[in-house]
Amino acid sequence: MFFSRSSLYGLGVVLAMTLGLSACTGGESNVERGNRDQTFHYGNGSEPQGLDPHVVTGVPENHLLRALFEGLAVKNPYTLEPEPGVAQSWEFSEDRRQITFHINPEARWSNGDPVTADDYVWSWMRALHPDTGNLYSYMLFPLVNAEEFFTGKIDDFAEVGVKAPNPLTLVVTLKEPTPYFIQLMDHYSTFAVHRPTLEKHGKFTDRFTKWTRVENIVSNGPFVLEEWLLNRRITMKKNENYWNADFVRLNRVVFYPTENLVSEERGFRAGQLHYTQSIPLDKIPVYQAMEDSPYVQEPYLGSYFYLLNTQRPPLDDARVRRALSMSVDRDTLINTVLQKSAVPSYSITPPGTLGYHPPKTFSYDIEEARRLLAEAGYPNGEGWPGIEIIYNTLEAHRKIAVAIQQMWKDALNIEVTIANQEWKVYLDAVATMNFDVGRRGWIGDYVDPNNFLDLYLSDGGNNNTGYANPVYDDLILNKAPQAPNREERFKVFYEAERMLMEEMPIIPIYIYTSKHLIHPSVCGLPANLMDSLNLRYVWLDPERRSPSEPCT
Amino acid sequence: MGRFLASRLLQAIPVILAVITVTFFLVRVAPGGPFDSEKAVIPEVKAALEAQYRLDQPLFSQYLAYLGDLAQGDFGPSFKYPGRSVNELIGAGLPVTAELGLYALLIATLIGGLAGVIASLRPNTPQDYVPMALAMIGICMPTFLLGPLLVLVFGIELEWLPVSGWGDIPGDKILPSITLGAAYAAYIARLSRAGMLEVLSQDYIRTARAKGLPEWQVVVKHGLRGGLLPVVAFLGPAFAGLLAGSFVVETIFQIPGLGRFYVQAAFNRDYTMILGTTVFLSTLIVLFNLLSDVLAASLNPRLRHQYQTGGMP
Amino acid sequence: MNTEVIQDIAQAEEGTSLWQDAWVRLRKNHLAVLGLVVLLFMIVIALLTPWIAPYAYDAQNLDLGATPPSAAHWLGTDVFGRDLLTQIMYGGRISLAVGFIATSVALLIGVSWGAIAGYVGGRTDAIMMRLVDILYALPFMIFIVLLMVVFGRNVILLFLAIGAVEWLTMARIMRGQMQSLRQQEFVEAAVSLGLPPATIIRRHLVPNALGPIIVYTTLTIPSVMLLEAFLSFLGLGIQPPQTSWGLLISYGAETMEEYPWLLIYPGLTLTITLFSLNFLGDGLRDALDVRGSKD
Repeated sequence: MFFSRSSLYGLGVVLAMTLGLSACTGGESNVERGNRDQTFHYGNGSEPQGLDPHVVTGVPENHLLRALFEGLAVKNPYTLEPEPGVAQSWEFSEDRRQITFHINPEARWSNGDPVTADDYVWSWMRALHPDTGNLYSYMLFPLVNAEEFFTGKIDDFAEVGVKAPNPLTLVVTLKEPTPYFIQLMDHYSTFAVHRPTLEKHGKFTDRFTKWTRVENIVSNGPFVLEEWLLNRRITMKKNENYWNADFVRLNRVVFYPTENLVSEERGFRAGQLHYTQSIPLDKIPVYQAMEDSPYVQEPYLGSYFYLLNTQRPPLDDARVRRALSMSVDRDTLINTVLQKSAVPSYSITPPGTLGYHPPKTFSYDIEEARRLLAEAGYPNGEGWPGIEIIYNTLEAHRKIAVAIQQMWKDALNIEVTIANQEWKVYLDAVATMNFDVGRRGWIGDYVDPNNFLDLYLSDGGNNNTGYANPVYDDLILNKAPQAPNREERFKVFYEAERMLMEEMPIIPIYIYTSKHLIHPSVCGLPANLMDSLNLRYVWLDPERRSPSEPCT
Repeated sequence: MGRFLASRLLQAIPVILAVITVTFFLVRVAPGGPFDSEKAVIPEVKAALEAQYRLDQPLFSQYLAYLGDLAQGDFGPSFKYPGRSVNELIGAGLPVTAELGLYALLIATLIGGLAGVIASLRPNTPQDYVPMALAMIGICMPTFLLGPLLVLVFGIELEWLPVSGWGDIPGDKILPSITLGAAYAAYIARLSRAGMLEVLSQDYIRTARAKGLPEWQVVVKHGLRGGLLPVVAFLGPAFAGLLAGSFVVETIFQIPGLGRFYVQAAFNRDYTMILGTTVFLSTLIVLFNLLSDVLAASLNPRLRHQYQTGGMP
Repeated sequence: MNTEVIQDIAQAEEGTSLWQDAWVRLRKNHLAVLGLVVLLFMIVIALLTPWIAPYAYDAQNLDLGATPPSAAHWLGTDVFGRDLLTQIMYGGRISLAVGFIATSVALLIGVSWGAIAGYVGGRTDAIMMRLVDILYALPFMIFIVLLMVVFGRNVILLFLAIGAVEWLTMARIMRGQMQSLRQQEFVEAAVSLGLPPATIIRRHLVPNALGPIIVYTTLTIPSVMLLEAFLSFLGLGIQPPQTSWGLLISYGAETMEEYPWLLIYPGLTLTITLFSLNFLGDGLRDALDVRGSKD
């Protein structure tokens, strides 16, 4: 038949042409080209909300902002100890309530203006201004009168504990000794922004001005914004005005909004990325089995746990809560479903945060769990009203919930259902305490047990369990800050955490790990507890073929 | 024809207004707000944010204000991306998705239409079974499976094509277009085969054949016109569906298109963005449905006559 | 009007003989019969699953994990050590149910809506089709989220919601058919005979549009099955440990390199079912095609 045959040929020709054309497009990959000209192709997880340090929140935003801007002090990626940033040094007063920062006279904005102490005073005023709507304003609450200014109790920012006696000196006065305050200087909510630029593009408290656009932005970090294509990529190039520019070896960094884990991993395999933000669970064993594997896994300052609604029967009984917690076989869960990519936990604080080790008040013990459940009035699950686990849509959450549901059914003979909820529905359910059991993850903003333990204060905004204990509140709010030294302070925390884990308003499950695929050419990017990226240390060594070789 | 077009365009106004109104109130009823996050938001911060976005005003006056802005072509600021307007986000995503959708639809119509017509000419022979079986596989194969499969074969094993991106690396538009087009090609193949079979058994085709016209003339001149009617009816909604439904393909291939914005806006409760994309898509849907009706009319001799004399369809 | 048209009318009048004829013709089509047999087999298996499944659907063996097919687990196991065959059997219950219920809803609403709009025409048609336009444009996901919140999690509700969305395209296709059929001689003849519109639609128009309806139905069933998978995947559909073929395939697709059997077997099951459905649909279309049968 004339008609169909010729068309078939035509189709064949079209297909052959398409494939032929495509075959010619192969060539140098991103990674190869990047290695040659020191361009780092970085999988950043998602498109940032924006680049205004006092407006946005989130991990991908953090990576971008810490490349564009620099705080007074910066975390060393190897030790996590603070080292000079915009401030070349700082010292504490006798009573540890006053810190004097000495600003590096070489510190420059990307347009050449010097960075001054006044920039900080003005920027912190902006960060704390009630109209700005800064979600991380509380990072500066350790300052005297900061919270009062934020809530509108005082209008005059001069009363807040930050002063600039001269352009190179910044004096900070704290409400009480805050050992982790220097760490906070590396958090983007405490960064300085360039006042003339902001004022040129609108009111300083406006969230939607265009000052962060490529053509407008002025920043002070090791890199400057070169290109920002929505949902596609953000390119930064080395900032020649940066005070420590000689130290920076990368010429460019390209951040990709790699939302889909599976696609990200494929991009890595195809040589489009040097670095992935994460990895699909089921790929872990494949990479672990490799010789000279690009897979890097490190403990991460974050806790994964289940919230229990302590106001709803049967979870209003601490014995029931403990029984549930004891019958979760964390080791099996982690070794199988989670592919050994986490560390089992029996308390909320990740162990080893600055030498603090949380108490272990229980272990995996089905017999004891059954006994407790019987004691609470549900022998062998009889009379159990049924509970539901809610989680937001994510592959790992689903797997954990499915496994734990079965563990509880098997161990305690109780009815458990699970419900996958869309993100905002889940947030709403947790915030209004309209749930029985809900999954929750908490990532530390700074390395200190306080960051985890103050979650369960009676009126804590992130408590979400209904747990309220005045003794606990007193330990965290009064006893710990007044402790004379770190050792005493940690003793108070230990006591508080033991109390919390006896009451068990949450079921700790595991401590996070950071999981990345890193091309062997990437150097100066050590794994650390905060998964902290410090790009000024990073460079690419094209000769390095395996992670076991030294960098040159 | 002119009157028909004018009346349909006039009808579009209440349609779009209804869509805006329903959507506006629908998204407000959905649980969770744009500023909810895993970390509790301090009440003062939330109040400041709501004030900046007019959310502290009564709902109905917000609605009126929105309509007022919309009349001036202003979709408002995005909640999720501070510093970006919805106009800007749509402006960034639309060209990409439109291009993707166009390629996909071209592939789908060419391959699907061809396969369907070929199959219909010799029903119940291998010339029918083979393309139809392929089409059936195309329908069974969801995009979330076809996309990764193509990537594995052509991107990773053969290393012929990039695994993701859009316009960054030469050739990166090929796999997403095929992935998105495949399911539609399969649909079009089935629809056009059925339509052709229907038409080819009609009296006027028999008459044409009886007159001794060559078979290909019968098929092309008389058959295609009626036989592709169901396909044309399908194309309008299909293109609009492609725009809204390209989400999966855009996610797999990390394409910066409107589909991702649209779905993410719904998840983020980015009210202005949901409304903006919905208004935009509804306009497109109305236009494309209109277009496919016009096309159907011009393909159908009797209906065409009706339009030309000005009758309401 | 020629004699053939009158014969058509006469034949369509006797509804029972049409269906009996169709059944006779269908039985001669071996592929269609095969499709019917396979479909019936799937349905029977789905109905009997709770009694004949080799394992409990939620029975896990975490230490076993994902294993390829073996004597104990004919189709292998997933990462939880759950038997894949059992999962596929239980998944079939959901998938077949969503396929048939949602499609029936879509069919019922879509065909009657499109038929009325297309037949009546004029202002009614314009209003009805603009309503379709409005529904097309509403953000579907917000709509599903709201349904879930207002009515709670209910599988049947999910099926109805999917059906309530899928009917739109059906309505448009049906209306297009109606418009062209209405102009045909035998319909004009029926009108001139004074038959009431409802009868004309039911007896003459819908049967003559059966071809495209059946074809579109066979297309709708897979698309609702996949829509269910997509919604469930996003947390808006069925809840684990319940599963469906679409969900099994979407999980399988993520691990196709590590555990290919988790993709292959659910994929094969779905493909076989849809092929059978397709053969049956084509067979039915041919069997019901009054004109075609005379060739």
